[in-house]
Amino acid sequence: MKMRLLSRKATCNTHGQDSSYFLGWQEYEKNPYDEVLNPKGIIQMGLAENQLSFDFLESWLAKNPDVAAFKRDGKSIFPELALFQDYHGLPAFKKALVDFMAEIRGNKVTFDPNHIVLTAGATSANETLMFCLAEPGEAFLLPTPYYPGFDRDLKWRPGVEIVPIQCTSSNNFQITEAALQQAYQEAEKRNLRVKGVLVTNPSNPLGTTMSRNELNLLIDFISDKDMHLISDEIYSGTVFSSPGFVSVMEILNENNSLKDQVWDRVHVVYSLSKDLGLPGFRVGAIYSNNDTVIDAARKMSSFGVVSSQTQYLLSAMLSDKKFTRNYITQNQKRLKRRQRMLISGLQKAGISCLESNAGLFCWVDMRHLLQSNTFEAEMELWKKIVYDVRLNISPGSSCHCTEPGWFRVCFANMSEQTLELAMKRLKAFVVELTANGCSQSRTEFSSWNSKRKSLPKWVFRLSSRDREQEEP
Amino acid sequence: MLSRKASCDSHGQDSSYFLGWQEYEKNPYHPVHNPAGIIQMVLAENQLSFDIIESWLQKNPDILGLKRDGVSLFRSLALFQDYHGLPDFKNALVDYMAKIRGNKIKFAPNKLVLTAGATPANETLMFCLAEPGEAFLLPTPYYPGFDRDLKWRTGVEIVPIHCSSSNGFRITSSTLEQAYQQAQKLNLNVKGVLVTNPSHPLVITMNRAELNLLIDFAIDYNVHIVSDEIYSGTVFDSPKFVSVIELVMERKLYDADIWNRIHIVYSLSKVLGVPGFRVGMIYSNNETVVTTATKMSSFGMVSSQTQFLLASLLSDEKFTEKYMKETQRRLKRQREMLVSGLRNAGIQCLKSNAGLFCWVDMRHLLRWDSFEAEKELWKKIVCEVGLNISAGSSCHCSEPGWFRICFANMSQDTLRVAMQRMKAFTDSRSSAVESATVYRLRTLKHAASPHYFLQDL
Repeated sequence: MKMRLLSRKATCNTHGQDSSYFLGWQEYEKNPYDEVLNPKGIIQMGLAENQLSFDFLESWLAKNPDVAAFKRDGKSIFPELALFQDYHGLPAFKKALVDFMAEIRGNKVTFDPNHIVLTAGATSANETLMFCLAEPGEAFLLPTPYYPGFDRDLKWRPGVEIVPIQCTSSNNFQITEAALQQAYQEAEKRNLRVKGVLVTNPSNPLGTTMSRNELNLLIDFISDKDMHLISDEIYSGTVFSSPGFVSVMEILNENNSLKDQVWDRVHVVYSLSKDLGLPGFRVGAIYSNNDTVIDAARKMSSFGVVSSQTQYLLSAMLSDKKFTRNYITQNQKRLKRRQRMLISGLQKAGISCLESNAGLFCWVDMRHLLQSNTFEAEMELWKKIVYDVRLNISPGSSCHCTEPGWFRVCFANMSEQTLELAMKRLKAFVVELTANGCSQSRTEFSSWNSKRKSLPKWVFRLSSRDREQEEP
Repeated sequence: MLSRKASCDSHGQDSSYFLGWQEYEKNPYHPVHNPAGIIQMVLAENQLSFDIIESWLQKNPDILGLKRDGVSLFRSLALFQDYHGLPDFKNALVDYMAKIRGNKIKFAPNKLVLTAGATPANETLMFCLAEPGEAFLLPTPYYPGFDRDLKWRTGVEIVPIHCSSSNGFRITSSTLEQAYQQAQKLNLNVKGVLVTNPSHPLVITMNRAELNLLIDFAIDYNVHIVSDEIYSGTVFDSPKFVSVIELVMERKLYDADIWNRIHIVYSLSKVLGVPGFRVGMIYSNNETVVTTATKMSSFGMVSSQTQFLLASLLSDEKFTEKYMKETQRRLKRQREMLVSGLRNAGIQCLKSNAGLFCWVDMRHLLRWDSFEAEKELWKKIVCEVGLNISAGSSCHCSEPGWFRICFANMSQDTLRVAMQRMKAFTDSRSSAVESATVYRLRTLKHAASPHYFLQDL
């Protein structure tokens, strides 16, 4: 019998990269908007990048050239840094990072540098936690909608399953006790052993911070079911309006009895990609009070260590408290302003968003523009928006949303002028669409919605429709 | 509560390789502050050529400031997270890799995958080429880190190809066959052979005969060849370095299946002495492997800041010429110091032409021919002589008494001190009647493993 040449991991497509999240990206690459060179091109609104505050970073770098030049107190420390491959991480960087994390949380929580593991980005951190907490075939519960990359990061190599906690617009997609229980039972039906819950807080793609109520619910749930909780707080520095950010660590600190029970089962993931806008530098972290997890994760971080050159640069930057204080405040101001611009632009086009207070995107309600309340209609609308309106946005189905018609639209990765243009194009499109009577009326939509039941299979089947064509 | 991976120890990090390191950390040598401390001779690092790089950095402050032609590239680099890698960097890398191979081969940048070091490169290849429970054959002795890199999270098994000193630890067709049969006995599907070339810890370059053997074996058994060439830039003596890919091209096997089953791993950690910068790569003619490995590199990408710096460094041909020549000269000189220092202490090394260490024969210093005796000797050398070296058993060597001793991570003065200590140690041990007897027995019995030897007795 001929042996498989390559592994199943190499030949399957559970890396999830055939989803529309990535396809839209590809379309953009073929025809990217440029103010001068390609003004009719596709505007990238599917990339959650923070491009609003580089000037602060650049000005800091200009005032501190020695750091990038591998110097400390005027002396070259190049050899020391070049050789530094200790996966415990540069102590000065870990200290600066935990202080920065505390500052983002209003210093209501402190972090111990000995409990942090540096990883080459949050992508690596999340995958590593799966390897540490679950066997292949076990499962994690994730509230929908969720970041499409999780299908790759959590499932691909670790072999972990994701079971969705179905959240709905009826309560602004907040996690409920019932949804949690339903997800757990769904896992049981599928004979999957659930090892924990993974949430992003603030949420991607919703752009909302989790409420204290939700956090308490989660903690009670994992305590009751004896499982882990991973809180991916990669957007924690992007909270720009109230309610403020409450980390799961804060809740634990407040409740001593619960703390004892679940202390070693709550893990936080962080990264500088969103707050500082440095995804290229590959800086992520796992924080946990569980010594065994930290020990194993640290060893696993050998597979994705942060460049010492980068650790050194950022340790100096983040140790500069004047800089961090100013940066955090100004960055949040700018994000708020830009979000307001997007919201008002959408409003002018008769489109509303989920009320949000964080993130680099809005969760936009285009249900009324669908021809029918189906994911096919959502795909149709999405294709029109990408190819005709020339805006790359992310359809909710790629985030496993259970309701068709929601889209994630980014606002922090372009200039104000580009955002204005995007909104103009969108308005023109909506005007044309409604003039032609192509969309559902609002009354039809709300009556359908009240009868709707969540249909998880539909979501998977639809978002895998493209995949099916490619399967051998 | 946690996965088996988290709670077991198949990450291999409790081997003596790491234990000796811990001893050193408690009592590290310093010429002024702690002259009686332990000298670190276990770190395969190239610390001999930093001055050349530092002088280049001095002359190129703009690059450090993330500028080119006076224009700041900070923003585009900060945002650059494309796992296809910075094109300038990949171009510079393939040119450099070709230079190392005397420009006998050209490499294509689109077949290169960047990874955060050779560590994730090797792991990623395992994920791409094998299922959990399948196996790769590795010639012994091998780099202890492979026990973690190849097996831990991937679930792949390693089956050793037992090489022996009788023929200078070269791979033979019978040892290859034997390893394959052993895998069959263990019910393991063999997916390939992984070699380091130049070898770690032997630091000899594979000769054409071995490479051809390997290629024939891979053709016959329809398996992959992974060639970890991380030390290829450290070849300082003849014979010249020959890569497996060169031989496959010489044999004009472009259209054969084997073409798609050769994969090279490389890294800048050893030759440039920059392990902290985490720069590794996979090179393969297999499109699916390249595509998959590229996606998997999301889990361990090279910092764009680092890619930019090294792209500029390696594109500077004047620099690379000077660096390669000078580094080879310094490595050779330092190796000579170690070899002659050991010779002076009555200790031989395997004749090598590359690397940052020597494979040292201390079989005659063993109290008896066993791994227990090797461990005893190792402890003495670490704790009494004050030299942290690696015991051959940690590299899965099948013969006791071999050690890996590094020379490129210290100054000449420190190396001198280390050699003096070694001489003093062997002088004091010259009640060597016992050891001579063991050595005679050893050369009579050509044992592949201690168990085999004991059975014979």
